Amino acid sequence: MVERRVKRHPILPPAATPAEVPFYWNGERLLARPGEVISSALFAAGIHVFGHHPRDGAPLGIFCANGQCAQCTVIANGVAVKSCMVPVTKDMVVESCDRAPKLPVLGEAPAIGETKTLDTEVLVIGAGPAGLSAAIELGKLGVRTLVVDDKDRPGGKLVLQTHKFFGSIEDTRAGTRGIDIAAELAAEIAALPSVTLWLESTAIGVFSDGRVGIVRRNAYFLVDPDALLVAAGAREKQIPFPGHTLPGVYGAGAFQTLLNRDLVKPCGRLFILGGGNVGLIAAYHALQADLEVVGLAEALPAVGGYEVHADKIRRLGVPIFTSHTVLAAHGTEHVESVTIAEVDREFRVVPGTEKTFAVDTLLVAVGLSPLDEFARDAVAFGMKVEAAGDAAEIAEASAATFGGRIAALKLARRLGLPVADVPREWEEKLAVLKARPGAPVPHAFEPPDLPVYPVIRCTQEIPCNPCSTVCSKHAIDLDGDPILGRPRFAGPECSGCAKCVAICPGLAITMVDGRKDPENPIVTVPFELAGERVAKGSLVLATGARGEPLGLFPVVDVKNRKAADRCLLVMLRAPKATAPLIAGIRVQDPAEMRPLEEALAGETADDVVICRCEHVTAGNIRKAVREGTRDLNEMKAKLRVCMGACCGKNCPELIEKIFRAEGVDPGKTTPNTRRPLFVEVPFGVFAGGSKE
Amino acid sequence: MSAAFDVIIAGAGSVGLPAAFFLAEAGVKVAVFDPEASPGRGQNRAAIGGIRATHSDRAKIALCRESIDFFASFKERTGDDIGWRRGGYTFVAYSEPIETMLRTLVEKQKTFGLVIDWVGPEKIVELVPGVATAGLLGGTFSPEDGSASPLLCATAFKRRAEEKGARFFFREPVTRIRVEGGKVRGVDTPKAHYEAPVFVNAAGAAAREIGALAGLTVPVEPDCHEAGITEPVARFMEPMVVDIRPAPGSKNFYFYQNAEGQVVFCITPDPPILGTDNRSTSVFLPMVAKRMVALLPRLANLKIRRVWRGLYPMTPDGSPLLGRAAGIEGYYLAAGMCGQGYMLGPGVGALLSRLLTGRETPADRDAIADLRPDREFRGMEALK
Repeated sequence: MVERRVKRHPILPPAATPAEVPFYWNGERLLARPGEVISSALFAAGIHVFGHHPRDGAPLGIFCANGQCAQCTVIANGVAVKSCMVPVTKDMVVESCDRAPKLPVLGEAPAIGETKTLDTEVLVIGAGPAGLSAAIELGKLGVRTLVVDDKDRPGGKLVLQTHKFFGSIEDTRAGTRGIDIAAELAAEIAALPSVTLWLESTAIGVFSDGRVGIVRRNAYFLVDPDALLVAAGAREKQIPFPGHTLPGVYGAGAFQTLLNRDLVKPCGRLFILGGGNVGLIAAYHALQADLEVVGLAEALPAVGGYEVHADKIRRLGVPIFTSHTVLAAHGTEHVESVTIAEVDREFRVVPGTEKTFAVDTLLVAVGLSPLDEFARDAVAFGMKVEAAGDAAEIAEASAATFGGRIAALKLARRLGLPVADVPREWEEKLAVLKARPGAPVPHAFEPPDLPVYPVIRCTQEIPCNPCSTVCSKHAIDLDGDPILGRPRFAGPECSGCAKCVAICPGLAITMVDGRKDPENPIVTVPFELAGERVAKGSLVLATGARGEPLGLFPVVDVKNRKAADRCLLVMLRAPKATAPLIAGIRVQDPAEMRPLEEALAGETADDVVICRCEHVTAGNIRKAVREGTRDLNEMKAKLRVCMGACCGKNCPELIEKIFRAEGVDPGKTTPNTRRPLFVEVPFGVFAGGSKE
Repeated sequence: MSAAFDVIIAGAGSVGLPAAFFLAEAGVKVAVFDPEASPGRGQNRAAIGGIRATHSDRAKIALCRESIDFFASFKERTGDDIGWRRGGYTFVAYSEPIETMLRTLVEKQKTFGLVIDWVGPEKIVELVPGVATAGLLGGTFSPEDGSASPLLCATAFKRRAEEKGARFFFREPVTRIRVEGGKVRGVDTPKAHYEAPVFVNAAGAAAREIGALAGLTVPVEPDCHEAGITEPVARFMEPMVVDIRPAPGSKNFYFYQNAEGQVVFCITPDPPILGTDNRSTSVFLPMVAKRMVALLPRLANLKIRRVWRGLYPMTPDGSPLLGRAAGIEGYYLAAGMCGQGYMLGPGVGALLSRLLTGRETPADRDAIADLRPDREFRGMEALK
């Protein structure tokens, strides 16, 4: 058996402990790393199908990897559990879940205990960038703050982000990797005596008496805060196409969790749908782990994410198909191939443009929805509440850190604390950080008459300025705006320090140094994949700004400077005319990512599953709409949509799309009634009370 | 706009839906008005689905027996699967006073011809595998009772009633009842007025407010119970289990495993929580979980999916108000079901249909005699 673990990674440290905890999967002995969740241990053994749906026998596996659904349910030591949340224990007997699980009779009565109610001034839900930043602000003010997060480490999605962040060094730690920002924020929290951080602590609902239920490991607490700050992040949007519930189709977040948190390779060859930053970064993360990225499709005529992210993966050899969408994922038990097709401006498929790629995985990165239920309930119950980060509005993590600070100050004022107004410049900076990227400008560059100079390929306005900040010669100008302007080398001179090359989060800067040999200068190229790919003395295929091949060039040196923070500076020798064109190094050949000879057809649109918990199809929902159903609650009563294990979180948005497609004004429909719980919790947790 | 009907019903819920179905079936031109957007959106949706005839009084027993016959034959009659299961009810006893009380009641229930018996602890263990045996003295078991999905029932009743000609007006509350010369003439809504010589107040928790529109005092006061549902698991028990031991904060609680394999559960707060607030409280989950896990420890591993609160439209004596309202010709009450509207619904609906079409039976006359809205309210029904 091939162990599918990440053995080398350019950024992440290797796993601290080897896989040595024995457990059993359907009778087969496997090994897990200590503390590893069941799903990741199974993926490490190449097992992706965890069971079958009791209604239609469809294969089930990971979907959210986040404890929010129950697609990954397995039977562990006789009890049905979410495999993405439960760690493997020694000799655990894990079995696939192919029908309604049995509920075992217990040998001894479980513990019964009292539930404690805890007071705090502020409860922060979520220890991601927004929640931690908010808690730091509150901690500085001495506000008694409890931060809860369902994961085992602070940082939220930051802990999955191996790339360097955008923004400014001073305000948002630009140029630092997400994983390290998480550690820095956590360290600040630890130093604040009024802030308590509870990990593995899931908020399960806001109740009408102003209390918030928290499941901490296996104990239950009620927290009675004076005010609530919701920084619970977002959930990934879905797009229903035939095959979208097959194992092998994942949200980008699930994929990054397996790969970057648990160092498990979820696949071999993958395709990505969605050209926003999440999809583009997921492609980059996959390449960092030596996975093949066959392509990325984006329905719009241009990627929605930062051009620098897109260019980064183009240079590495990933084809980007704009004006394309995924028609279907094919396979019986698992994804075996994916068919894409071109779409016109109205997103209609252009017949004859179908292409099928043999891949084992499709990542869906088609946007995020704010996780707003806690805040909505708290408002309805008259609580003092603020939302921050993605829970308030989807934006970059840099904006979330800033938004968290602002929300904290607002809440402190609402609590009557002597706090000054939120500084106007904070609000302005937040608006800048949330700004959509500007229109891309074609890269035009005239090499200056200097022995050494940087080449900056930052082709659109984005809130980012560290290149300018680190330049010792103050030679990088931001076109008038301190952060949004596009950087350009203004001169008069360059010291050749390459600090700008090393810090640029977009890997959009190279340096051409002809000081030793003006005819064959050295080009310094930033590189964040495994060093073995660019060994000194080898030839590498250099590409231009958009990934166009420029030829093979020798690597004359590779620098791994501490200040460059794991970004290798690869030095290539190239002729004078080519040197300024070199922007990156290709690691996979787009020509090898060819589609199959013949494109495959998908199922009919009516067979597409919309509610993945209860396996309700689009056809059935459409029929109900045509019969006159306008109340989502009635739809629920009829079809069991919104009734499943995800607690009604996922399908309402998809059903709304069907309403629209059927010409029903969403204003004339009635939304489904939301109720606790936010995630399913066993009786025993509530019965056992607050004993840990 | 105006339209004329034979009967107008306020409330498309547990009672109004089957009433409309049976009236339409009898050829009556019936219209149903409800402020909500779809059927069963008042308290029907909050019912957990238990259906029993094993009450302690003549009228409710008769009504629920008819209901059970109807629920049990629903699929054959309409083609709709409403998740009916004849799993029975078991009231468990862990103390001598409760044993004595239940045994006395069983004898009385048997005199009404109900199939119910006292069974020993071994039988309870067989019915509810894994139940706590320490102190278990036995309990009652009534195998003919059962359960069905309130949501599926509401959907099916509405569809089948419509097929038979009933009209439903959702998002359209009755705002005025036209009474002329002591006789019902029709109703107004914000959209239009509608004529009908007969009006049925089946407005559940809002029965008092609807009564007031015609100057009637309808003695219905809602109190609130909290319920929940779990993930589905393989079938491990059949009956509705009822534990009537009092505990701090609660009177009885009860639960069963529905046709989907999900456990549905409910607790009765003590003292009662009066009013119409149906937002979820933080008190419920720890309270109900402690009691349920103590009674059936295997539930500790069963995951709770959703909780909600529903209103019990209570009357002073715990029995429904059924029949003609005194003083207004054509005004009927089918209200104050005290949390049992769902199980009483088909029986009440069928009776109303017979009553309004001159087909009532002697048993119907007995039931109406017992439940007539202008009765003197005394005592409280034993198993409320």
